[in-house]
Amino acid sequence: MSILVLAEHHDGQLAGATAHVVAAARQIGGDIDVLVAGDDVAGVAEAAARLDGVSRVRLAEGAVYAHQLAEPLADLLVALADDYSHVLAAASTTGKNVLPRLAALKDVAAISDILAVESADTFKRPIYAGNAIATVQSADPLKVITVRTTGFDAVGEGDAAPVEAVDTEIVNTLSRFVDEQLEQSERPELGAARVVISGGRGMGNGENFKLLEGIADKLGAAIGASRAAVDAGFVPNDMQVGQTGKIVAPELYIAVGISGAIQHLAGMKDSKVIVAINKDDEAPIFQVADYGLVGDLFEVLPALESKL
Amino acid sequence: MKVLVAVKRVIDYNVKIRVKADHSDVDLTNVKMAMNPFCEIAVEEAVRLKEKGVASEIVAVTVGPKAAQEQLRTALALGADRAVHVTTDERVESLAVAKLLKGVVEAEQPDLVILGKQAIDTDNNQTGQMLAALTGMGQGTFASRVDVKEGTVDVTREIDGGLQTVTLTLPAVVTTDLRLNEPRYAKLPDIMKAKKKPLETRTPEELGVDIAARVTQLKVETPAERKGGIKVGSVDELVDKLKNEAKVIS
Repeated sequence: MSILVLAEHHDGQLAGATAHVVAAARQIGGDIDVLVAGDDVAGVAEAAARLDGVSRVRLAEGAVYAHQLAEPLADLLVALADDYSHVLAAASTTGKNVLPRLAALKDVAAISDILAVESADTFKRPIYAGNAIATVQSADPLKVITVRTTGFDAVGEGDAAPVEAVDTEIVNTLSRFVDEQLEQSERPELGAARVVISGGRGMGNGENFKLLEGIADKLGAAIGASRAAVDAGFVPNDMQVGQTGKIVAPELYIAVGISGAIQHLAGMKDSKVIVAINKDDEAPIFQVADYGLVGDLFEVLPALESKL
Repeated sequence: MKVLVAVKRVIDYNVKIRVKADHSDVDLTNVKMAMNPFCEIAVEEAVRLKEKGVASEIVAVTVGPKAAQEQLRTALALGADRAVHVTTDERVESLAVAKLLKGVVEAEQPDLVILGKQAIDTDNNQTGQMLAALTGMGQGTFASRVDVKEGTVDVTREIDGGLQTVTLTLPAVVTTDLRLNEPRYAKLPDIMKAKKKPLETRTPEELGVDIAARVTQLKVETPAERKGGIKVGSVDELVDKLKNEAKVIS
């Protein structure tokens, strides 16, 4: 068996998610190649080559791969896929965009968001917003899979694997990149942070999210939000934790002013320790919280910051 | 231009699901069903395109059992002009749905196809991408803004780091994210009128599509329950517990 992992990268840096996907690939077993596709990404390829367990990095560089649009990336994967039994990518917006397109072009099913590997053809994945876990078995010759990164511990570094250039010509006439508006943040990436502190509708407005910043700085935490806070315009949508936002599983998750709707719980209930701060002692979040504090967040947050 | 909108009948998003005792699947007997929330957003976007004079005709399509006609009637009440129902009682995977939709796309020749980004039951997030692949169209997934131009469409997509805008050549496939729009409610007179709008039925056999499952669902389980925690009385107690009991902060 051989496995191709599509590397995730941003701004010329290999994203942490890739090390988790390689970990899932190691559980499946077999030779693991990593595909790095992008414009000016030799540095990404070097970083990918050092991931433990990687046999080879395949580097596809060119303007057509810039911004990782689905149409050229899927065509590239189709050109390479015959050498592999599995193609894996992180269940990120890039992986979710590209892999189903590849699967359809190869006339095989795609398996989304796996949490666990049972065997080379059998996987566990969440359905119904994480309220049920399905064990599924694929009969297709090629398994096309996106991986929930919080389900697998990242691999470390090993000996550098060789990097080989891919010389497939891809032409994209279907889509064109226009622009990007990315949120700038000094804090750890939400999906990879050890501690996450999130605010909900109870924060009242966007200004009050500043109350979370001091605590986040002291704990080295990422700041998240519930869908209610995003929909109310308090914070941008890329901070959203939930079924329709990011799935996180940090060591410590602090939910502030969040009631705990099903859609939010789907995004954070695999956290190791959950703390809820809410003035409503009936809020459903308390049913999953290891430690709950009933109180006014405007009093609790400054007190908490001063005690850390 | 003609717009095709695909909708799915799913369990209502407020329902707390139960796994069947034999672990074969989730129990859907006597459970409230509704249109998938992302599909409602897709219908709303199509209706807004028509109200702006961009779209001239909206065709709603679903793949599913007889009861899924309710969701097509809802789409008609919201403003779709006619509907196509591909009837099957089988569990249909994303790839098969995409192939069936391809058959409808070939018959209808729409300029734009709008789907939800994912169904809240299977949580696959695949069908739109697969349909785009099979029809050779470009794809604008997770759209929070759709701007139709002459022969192209600009789609602003919600990506992990923020937003990305792409231009797609028409015809194209767009899948909707939650922030694309706020769906309207159907009014009673529109619901009555929708009963008279045309609804055509097709079968997978007529469309020449084999819908046999590629993926076997071996087992469905309830996830591990979190054990009930404790309530603390003060910030001091909370910090103490996190440091000395949970040991997650130092």
